[in-house]
Amino acid sequence: MVIAGIAEADWIALLLTLRLALISTVLLLVLCVPLAWWLAFTPSRAKVLIEALVALPLVLPPTVIGFYLLILLGPRGAIGGALESIGLTHLAFSFTGLVIGSMVYSLPFVVQPLQNAFQSLGTRPLEAAATLRAGPFDRFLTVVLPLTRRGFLTAFVLSFAHTLGEFGVLLMIGGSIPGQTQVASIAIYNHVEALDYGAAHGLSLVLLVLAFSLLLAVYALNRRFRLVGVAQ
Amino acid sequence: MKVRFQLKRGDFTLDAAFDLAEQGITAVFGRSGCGKTSLLRCMAGLEPEARGQLEVAGVVWQADSQCLPTHRRALGYVFQEASLFAHLTVERNLRYGWRRVAPSHRRVEWQTTVELLGLAPLLNRYPDQLSGGQRQRVALGRALLTSPDLLLMDEPLASLDSDSKAEILPYLEQLHRTLALPVVYVSHSQDEVLRLADQLVLMDDGRVLTQGPVARVLTRLDMPLAHQQGAQALLEGVVTRQDDADHLTEVECDGQSVWVSQLNQACGTRVRLSVSARDVTISRVPATDSSVLNCLAVQIEALEADLQPGHVLIALRLGNQTLLSRITERSRRLLALQPGDQVYALVKGIAVH
Repeated sequence: MVIAGIAEADWIALLLTLRLALISTVLLLVLCVPLAWWLAFTPSRAKVLIEALVALPLVLPPTVIGFYLLILLGPRGAIGGALESIGLTHLAFSFTGLVIGSMVYSLPFVVQPLQNAFQSLGTRPLEAAATLRAGPFDRFLTVVLPLTRRGFLTAFVLSFAHTLGEFGVLLMIGGSIPGQTQVASIAIYNHVEALDYGAAHGLSLVLLVLAFSLLLAVYALNRRFRLVGVAQ
Repeated sequence: MKVRFQLKRGDFTLDAAFDLAEQGITAVFGRSGCGKTSLLRCMAGLEPEARGQLEVAGVVWQADSQCLPTHRRALGYVFQEASLFAHLTVERNLRYGWRRVAPSHRRVEWQTTVELLGLAPLLNRYPDQLSGGQRQRVALGRALLTSPDLLLMDEPLASLDSDSKAEILPYLEQLHRTLALPVVYVSHSQDEVLRLADQLVLMDDGRVLTQGPVARVLTRLDMPLAHQQGAQALLEGVVTRQDDADHLTEVECDGQSVWVSQLNQACGTRVRLSVSARDVTISRVPATDSSVLNCLAVQIEALEADLQPGHVLIALRLGNQTLLSRITERSRRLLALQPGDQVYALVKGIAVH
């Protein structure tokens, strides 16, 4: 079945891509808050080491990340093997594997904006809130979140958009199983391989429009957010 | 209340103890870097590494390394920079602490505070639409509205220009008169101390040098304040007479009359006068034919060589109060001044606070 000039299988790949980008970005945002907070304020010497590790996905070829993850998550890997031994299935060529791969690949795109936002916020607003009877969680919700929302927005968009365009890591861990691990970028590659340029065009155009409208929306929003951003 | 704190950071060590009065303003005074802000932060629980003792209104805030978290301490804290929440209006900044205090624990009235600090016209503005002085007023109101048992102020005027300072000082003085709670006021400005403080804690290099009533500490010859270039003594008195023709006001200080430029104060009002050591000269006889208006009978309490060569610093007893005088060593020798001598202090300039 063809809808709007695009085959059903391609729509499925597209939806899978969006689902993957959304899930891995939301998980990353939650997990990276403590990490970014620690990096922003720790006096520890280990900070440099952790910062370098976090930035690693920026410079490593995606195939290298994908290769290591495939080994780690596969049936004989440390993680995959452990799962198998307790009666679960390993994570190579699965959607869960894709989520983990995307999260590793997009880690710096979430940690760095958050860390910058926390650093420019500083500890003073939190101290002020504490002297006004706000407990730690209260302070995070009423002071940190509203004052660093530009950082959160940037992190969300960068991670989401980055996952949309991901190819190498996903191909290594996920292969190209339609409906399970075949994302849009891989579907496009397959179409080109099969010399089906028409199908490749359709899917590419959808991704192009999607990415552009996402960025446009964010920049427009950012104009409004700037009024109450961190910068004084 | 006994306050004692220790904190080690790098090669700086804070080891300070002092008595906190149940009421009134205790000024913690010292050079920058002497540890006065650290001491205040320890009292607020903002220094997790601090050890010490602090009990406020029957609640133990700190006992050795046992530390009540800042948000559980009934304190108000005014930072050097107002530190308002940039994303909230003035009103919501004020409500931030107010909302978090149970209604049954609120002793400070919303309306009174807003009026006292003149905040009503600012309520809908954002912090970046306020002047420095206005911001600091909001910060003060925000702290007060939590009905604190202890108010901590860290050089609240230091980052303001002189106009904004002049705008805020009257509010602080009014608070001083109306608030029945202990206030710790960290400052390195002698002028603020003269105007506001009741008690003075003098700090140097992480330690407390001395503490006591402000007028006493200012005039102790064994302490650095009296030896400063601008050393001043503080006299307390009561307005007794207005001379409208000469534009002068008479203030009675321990039975002696002091004339100052006319004050807009009713008879019976207590006022503070400050007198610079360099504006006080000493005479063996009452100065009847001199242009100096104020000639007070005093007794020499102590003499000490000043840091400035060839000068001596003299503490003069006026009833229960003390004046300072800086004169040359030669004059002291010619007049043969000795402790216990009855002399006359000719006071040239007097500032009223």
